[in-house]
Amino acid sequence: MSLLRQPMLWLILGAMALFAGLPGFGGDVALREGLFLTAIAIILASNLNLMIGYTGYVNFGNIVFFGLGGYFGVWLTTMHGWPLVPAAIVAAILVSTIALFFGLGILRLRGSYFTLATIGINEAVRALVSNIDAWGGSTGMYLSVSVYQPLGGPRQALWIVYFLVIGIMGASLFLSWFIRRSKFGLGLFAIREDEDAASVLGVHPALYKSVIYSVSGFLPAMAGALFFFKNGVIQPDQAFDLTMSTEAIVMLMLGGQGSVTGAAVGAFLYDQLRSTLLTSSMFSQFQLVIAGILLLLIVLFVPGGLIGWIGERWPRLRRVLE
Amino acid sequence: MTALLEVTDLSIQFGGLRAVSEVDFSLAEGEILGLIGPNGAGKSTIFNLINGVLPPSSGRILFGGVDITGWAPYRVVRHGLARTHQIVRPLNDMSVLENCVVGGCFGRDNLTLAAARHKAAAVIEEVGLGEHRAVLARHLTIAHKKRLEIARALCANPRLLLLDEVLAGLNPTEVARMIEVLKAIRRQGVAILMIEHLMQAIMSLSDRVMVLNFGRKLAEGTPAAVVNDPAVIEAYLGTPDAAHKLAGEG
Repeated sequence: MSLLRQPMLWLILGAMALFAGLPGFGGDVALREGLFLTAIAIILASNLNLMIGYTGYVNFGNIVFFGLGGYFGVWLTTMHGWPLVPAAIVAAILVSTIALFFGLGILRLRGSYFTLATIGINEAVRALVSNIDAWGGSTGMYLSVSVYQPLGGPRQALWIVYFLVIGIMGASLFLSWFIRRSKFGLGLFAIREDEDAASVLGVHPALYKSVIYSVSGFLPAMAGALFFFKNGVIQPDQAFDLTMSTEAIVMLMLGGQGSVTGAAVGAFLYDQLRSTLLTSSMFSQFQLVIAGILLLLIVLFVPGGLIGWIGERWPRLRRVLE
Repeated sequence: MTALLEVTDLSIQFGGLRAVSEVDFSLAEGEILGLIGPNGAGKSTIFNLINGVLPPSSGRILFGGVDITGWAPYRVVRHGLARTHQIVRPLNDMSVLENCVVGGCFGRDNLTLAAARHKAAAVIEEVGLGEHRAVLARHLTIAHKKRLEIARALCANPRLLLLDEVLAGLNPTEVARMIEVLKAIRRQGVAILMIEHLMQAIMSLSDRVMVLNFGRKLAEGTPAAVVNDPAVIEAYLGTPDAAHKLAGEG
């Protein structure tokens, strides 16, 4: 069993156990809420890493997957009375399918044109959703307390949603890790380095890019469905918030793009910083000022992020912190 | 002897410029065909047309009896036709080994990662990059980058290799070593179509030589016949008189 000897396997399982166990055993609700947001951040940053870190395409509108997944999830649970888990899975399948079609169109673009197109998609979807009356238009949808009854009431439902999100966080990390070590991942890396050279070497760039764009939307969409189910309300401005897209990019750059642990560590650190700054009474949204400065400093001085920097100083750790 | 590559009436038009015009040629299994001509004659463009980087305006390309005209590059290489670039294009932030594994994984044999690693390691030894296999491609010297181009293409297990000036920019020692590498490739039965300015290499390696000028085929034949062709001398040196003068004074 060579898989069991991989440090990465134990790192991921250890992180999941800590996230589930720390608030789980003591029943600490405040800690749970904090870690819930951290886990969401790790999910967003890890899946964004598949595009930015692995394939070299900056998806600035990555939050569209999360928001659209949330809408589909809330719609299926409240309007159609679906149980939570099937609703979240179907929401993710729908989002990934839509992403595949969008991807085939916009992935012809390269560099900053692609990035602009991803912002355009997020804004277009936001505008579209604001005009769908069945989804509550610009006021959104509210969940009634009765949707939590099948899960044993609101109190227990929050715990169940939390553990499900931890599961998705683990799945995101495993997905990043497996893709990184696969032939598919190698093709993505080749595209990141030089798309035309990759094509001459036999990689089918259009296919690979569309597939990874679609895959990178699946787990964030599930997370969105769970997040807004727990949230009790979903509105276009909250679901398709470009601020969250930007923050996910900062997390990724902070930890180190292209690295599984980098995305996770960056998300964790940034989220700790954000929760500290958000509760400060002096500034509202002060974390965005910090985020901007951080991004600038990272790009200028440590383009490899924290994990990249560690890997350069202690090359032996590179094998462990993939 | 059936032709491995058969090109008929190949042309491409860039706006008002006909960069390649009605070129016909063929290449047999295991043969080395040298492609020479002044700068801008359309040599690299012919490579781009053959491996699908550019779609031809007209003409037909048969490879192993299959019409590959207009195929995308990734399809052409999987069919067994690999190439190198005149201006090297290494996958910079990947190691020499990883570069070659890409070639093996997505080449003709569609190898698994493990098999491609095995193949890549062998090819890297063969082209003399063994001690650099773990080095990032961006840190290689130009001579080594050229070898990496060849190694990567060889990992695809091609039946035909298009080599675009793999000797340019190398010093005499490196040229001599590279010629040995090319001879070794030929011994494996891989056919080669090579663009080269270095006549010494063309003369010693090629079975036949084709000369291109202003996008048209000027001459074709054995190396010795081609270099003595007055039309070829004129294209390279200006006028036949100049050639005679040079010969007379030399």
